[in-house]
Amino acid sequence: MTRSPTEPASRTLATTADDHRIARLAAAAIALSLVDAAIPLPLPGVKPGLANIVTLLVLYRYGFATAAWVSALRVVAGGLLLGHFLAPGFFLSLTGAAASLAVLAAAQYLPRRWFGPVTLSLVAAFAHIGGQLLLARAWLIPHDGVFLLAPVFFAAALFFGIINGLIVARLLGEREAAEPQHA
Amino acid sequence: MNPWLSLLRPGDWAAAGLAAVAVAASFPLLWQGGAADKAVVRRNGEVVAELDLSRTRTLAVAGALGTTVIAVEPGRARVAADPGPRQYCVRQGWLRRPGEIAICAPNHVSLQIAGRNNGFDSLAY
Repeated sequence: MTRSPTEPASRTLATTADDHRIARLAAAAIALSLVDAAIPLPLPGVKPGLANIVTLLVLYRYGFATAAWVSALRVVAGGLLLGHFLAPGFFLSLTGAAASLAVLAAAQYLPRRWFGPVTLSLVAAFAHIGGQLLLARAWLIPHDGVFLLAPVFFAAALFFGIINGLIVARLLGEREAAEPQHA
Repeated sequence: MNPWLSLLRPGDWAAAGLAAVAVAASFPLLWQGGAADKAVVRRNGEVVAELDLSRTRTLAVAGALGTTVIAVEPGRARVAADPGPRQYCVRQGWLRRPGEIAICAPNHVSLQIAGRNNGFDSLAY
């Protein structure tokens, strides 16, 4: 390709307010990914999934497209920072994020009156670990033995899904808007 | 009222309950490790008998030192008696998962549980 003579040697990419917001949110998600990786847990693969908190918050506040961007940036940049970019761990991370987003794309249309952040968080957590298990079975450990660990992962998804969902609900400040639960 | 609980909506309770049931159900479902189908008895590494694990029976195998007795009950098998000096394979007791094996080394006899899904040989990460 020939460079046009009228083109300046260096250019500034025009950025929108959206780009800035996505970058800021992705940075928060990446930071939480690092915290996640730093927390020691007994079984590899069991993680709190703190970055999912950001994904859900973004989904609630700015919609699905922004959430997908933030999630994708988090996976790529998180992979670079943790040193597993394009290594198996990266593809597990990518698959988990993609599976979460896929089910969230559908789950976001659940009636808000009945289903809050905790449901979305649970759905995302189970999709995350489900996608990762399937990838691990198909590619990394091609044997049904991986499913022996599945119940432990599901239990972790249940536990952390609820916790993260509660954190999201709290951060959204929906306490006042929530249905009164007591008589 | 716990302030955290007020963040949960009716559907959230349902979703959490459903997930909890699914998790509880996954333990027995995924931890059976494949159904045990038969007990494979070997002498000097060669298969001498494949016993169906669905009914009770015993089998005597003549080995290098004497007779090893294999006992089979529905879903499990064990070495009931062996002439070996330390009785390791007898003391292992009942074997029920695919891949489990009792080796009576002095008598050159082994008993292994096999299934359609043979568990796994090794797992490393």
